[in-house]
Amino acid sequence: MIKVNNLHKRFHRLEVLRGIDCEIAPSEVVVVIGPSGSGKTTFLRCLNLLEEPTGGEVVVDGVRMTDPKTNINQIRQEIGMVFQHFNLFPHKTALENVTLAPLRVRRMSPDQAHAIAADLLAKVGLSDKASVFPAQLSGGQKQRVAIARALAMRPKVMLFDEPTSSLDPEMVGEVLAVMKDLAREGMTMVVVTHEMGFAREVGDRVLFMDEGLILEEGTPEQIFTQPRNERLKGFLSKIL
Amino acid sequence: MSLVIQSLPVLLMGAGKTLQITALAVAIGIVLGLTGGLCRLSKRKFFRFIGTCYVDFFRGTPLLVQILIVYFGLPQILRAIQDHLAQAYGFPVIFHNIPIFVASVISCSMNSGAYIAEIFRAAVQSIDKGQMEAARSLGMTHAQAMRYVILPQAFKWAIPPLGNEFIAMMKDTSLLSVIGFEELLRRGQLIVGETFDAFTIFLEVAFIYLVMTLAFSRLVDYLERRLKTGD
Repeated sequence: MIKVNNLHKRFHRLEVLRGIDCEIAPSEVVVVIGPSGSGKTTFLRCLNLLEEPTGGEVVVDGVRMTDPKTNINQIRQEIGMVFQHFNLFPHKTALENVTLAPLRVRRMSPDQAHAIAADLLAKVGLSDKASVFPAQLSGGQKQRVAIARALAMRPKVMLFDEPTSSLDPEMVGEVLAVMKDLAREGMTMVVVTHEMGFAREVGDRVLFMDEGLILEEGTPEQIFTQPRNERLKGFLSKIL
Repeated sequence: MSLVIQSLPVLLMGAGKTLQITALAVAIGIVLGLTGGLCRLSKRKFFRFIGTCYVDFFRGTPLLVQILIVYFGLPQILRAIQDHLAQAYGFPVIFHNIPIFVASVISCSMNSGAYIAEIFRAAVQSIDKGQMEAARSLGMTHAQAMRYVILPQAFKWAIPPLGNEFIAMMKDTSLLSVIGFEELLRRGQLIVGETFDAFTIFLEVAFIYLVMTLAFSRLVDYLERRLKTGD
């Protein structure tokens, strides 16, 4: 589903990604962990070209994202993204947040978009908040609306950029629960997170990144119980 | 005292003209300002250059000079071009002067547009970067993201400064008196010419301006408070 070859990204002199190779299969849930500044968020943002790679290539669903001839807006419709700070549209209600892209990008009829959005809000447990503006939602509710908004485009891949990092602890569970459901339904997911419990329980594979490289990858079992890389061992000892 | 009351209807007609020209100038200025502001934000150097030239010229020169250029300078050039066309190709001579009202609208709206361009630019830039990213991640084009996500929010932030621009323009239209546009100050000058009571009349004129600016600044305050408390 996703293929990354020798991905490089530098901001001026700072080299954030120094050659990432990885392949993600359909329905696979890949969790990316690592210390802050390791490049995991940049890696994720390169997958839908919110960050333009300075080298290497990214292929999603057979489309070369890094090819200048690729219609990037088209392929982004197939890649949902959930942000650390939600980035809901504050001038639109929860329902309108979800319907906006289906209406304007997919050119769906209002009835159809409305039906899809209502379904998705029900799925994330927020049917009763459809007409509420983001300012009146809790962090966990905002993030669940944001997930519904991304799902409304019927994406083939979902990218999660530290989706629970700016949430109060008691709201982390509700967001992770929605993500677990998604994983169970067979969604291909790439998740950058500090939630090791989630990585263990839901992840098919864990990537450990540091200093712009994938230093170790494997099943959650391998990564958490038999880490080989010294830096991974150090990282785990600090957080577990 | 009787002079104050006697002159009031005439002055109020002038105040009406002042409001009319201000509203027109700011309305056209919003269109120009949106265009200018988006030019300033454009990724393309050419558009940024055009936008910057426009904003710099109209904010960097006195409105009075701009009024004189539009009312006296522009027709001179247009007449010269017309004469040339008439002599060379036999075009009919139809243009003589720019009507005062038209010159007033052009100069004030061009000036206002430059200030409003900066208001819109600042408002768009104040919108969190994550908004554009979220919109783009859903597959929207840059233009769609601007139209459905960024600009609606930016407009909201632009309302209070736009109100202030309206108030500033209301006072600045008094400069139009030099080309004889019969707004509030010009009406006052004409009455002073007849009655020689400069103190009473100009104070009355000032008072009418004050009533209008205070009324509008209250309105702006009210809008600002409503915007702050929620949607």
